[in-house]
Amino acid sequence: MSGFPTLLYKEVLRFWKVGAQTIGAPVLSAILFLLIFGHVMEGRVHVYDAVPYAAFLVPGLVMMSVLQNAFANSSSSLIQSKITGNIIFVLLPPLSYLEFFAAYVLAAVVRGMAVGMAVLLVALPFADLSIRQPLWIIAFAVAGSAVLGALGMVAGICADKIDEVAAFQNFIVMPLTFLSGVFYSIHSLPAFWQGLSRFNPVFYMIDGFRYGFFGVSDVDPFGSLAVVCVFLGLVSALTLGLLKRGYKLRH
Amino acid sequence: MTAAIEICGIRKRFGTLEALAGVDLEIPKGEFFGLLGPNGAGKTTLINVLAGLVRADQGAVRIMGHDVVADYRAARRSLGVVPQELVFDPFFSVREALSIQSGYFGIRDNRAWIQEVMDHLDLSSKADVNMRALSGGMKRRVLVAQALVHKPPVIVLDEPTAGVDVELRQGLWQFIRQLNRDGHTIVLTTHYLEEAEALCQRIAMLKQGRIVALDSTPKLLKRVHHLFLKLRLVGELPEELRPLEHGSAAAAHVLRMKDYGEVEKALSCIRRSGCSIEEMELVQPDLEDVFVEVMHHA
Repeated sequence: MSGFPTLLYKEVLRFWKVGAQTIGAPVLSAILFLLIFGHVMEGRVHVYDAVPYAAFLVPGLVMMSVLQNAFANSSSSLIQSKITGNIIFVLLPPLSYLEFFAAYVLAAVVRGMAVGMAVLLVALPFADLSIRQPLWIIAFAVAGSAVLGALGMVAGICADKIDEVAAFQNFIVMPLTFLSGVFYSIHSLPAFWQGLSRFNPVFYMIDGFRYGFFGVSDVDPFGSLAVVCVFLGLVSALTLGLLKRGYKLRH
Repeated sequence: MTAAIEICGIRKRFGTLEALAGVDLEIPKGEFFGLLGPNGAGKTTLINVLAGLVRADQGAVRIMGHDVVADYRAARRSLGVVPQELVFDPFFSVREALSIQSGYFGIRDNRAWIQEVMDHLDLSSKADVNMRALSGGMKRRVLVAQALVHKPPVIVLDEPTAGVDVELRQGLWQFIRQLNRDGHTIVLTTHYLEEAEALCQRIAMLKQGRIVALDSTPKLLKRVHHLFLKLRLVGELPEELRPLEHGSAAAAHVLRMKDYGEVEKALSCIRRSGCSIEEMELVQPDLEDVFVEVMHHA
């Protein structure tokens, strides 16, 4: 039998055991964003017709939490294992690089979904939200968290220190998620910034995810899903390439 | 018969450092084998090549006939490694860590064997304690248990007794000896040469990435022909014996003797000088003397 289910189970158990930090904390910060931005921006920012700002904001915050936590899961697990040396426990057994990849990315998806569900449940009383197309919601949440989970693996593999993962998170993941239309519709931006936003893959994840709630989006959801899937393919190929070479794992 | 471990022409370079400079070694099944050498000799690199943690630049390694690169799954199933560093996963208890480690090898229900290993290593009372709360010695036992969860025919222990108290050391060796008697091949690296002398049937000595001595332990011990005369005297050591002095231990003189004839001469010299012998012991060379000699001449 394969060791993959156990590695997946271990990765899920790892964040579950420290749930206050891995699920509770992101839920709290999402709710703080919702309370502050929802209050300050309501009526000042024009989003879709007939969609109140708080309702618009909730799916964005949910997806942002999904993505950031998917990244945090794989990156922190790998860098901690590398620094403490216990990565050896998963390098000694007969696990293939594909099993290794699948377990870390799937665990990141599970963490992303768990945080996303929790944020959504807590945020629901604050906004009048309907779910029009649940399949789009699930598709974008899964594909988006898989992209960020794989990206987290790249960061965890390449980094030698925790600060390097933190830098990756603060200088790449955070700006990409904050500037992706979580807090606004890109149609409210000047043409230049609107054009620039279209180069941000996270924009398509948020936009497609939001489509599932309102049935309205800045970009056609099929197009968004295609962009996300292409990006998933690219990041996965990069991660698998690193794992196959044993880059910074098998010397 | 297939050897437990076959190492053919292994070379490994880290930047400008040649960690392994062409190592050839064959360890038959069932042997208790010692790998000795000073720090930086390449012992851990060689073990890491066996374990697939380091990829050799040249050469091949087979564990129970399985190539560690081409047939890595079978090779890794055949190998249990106790790493030198005291590593642990702080999220889990002892039992969880062992059960998870079994799962990585595709073993789903391993409770009976895990319990047996824990019993042998005196870990049962700590089974549900988080790894973080264990002492260093206990963590070391868990590392041994983790290496054994999949019942590997070949077990490699990289300095397993470094910083470990006497009681654990003895218990550990008793268990490892039992495993060896049951047919497991054991490869051991240690800085405690008396342990290697007592346990290993054959020993290889590494220096700067090369094997500089490889023989059965009794034959290696015969490489050093001198013996040591340990004396506690009433009076001064005669001047003509001073060049033979090898060292001193607990106010005793240690003289290096070529053979028994030289011992007789030394004793009559002491008699002539008028001092008397308070205590005397003749010490045969041990593995440490062989080690020093081999490393000096290699």
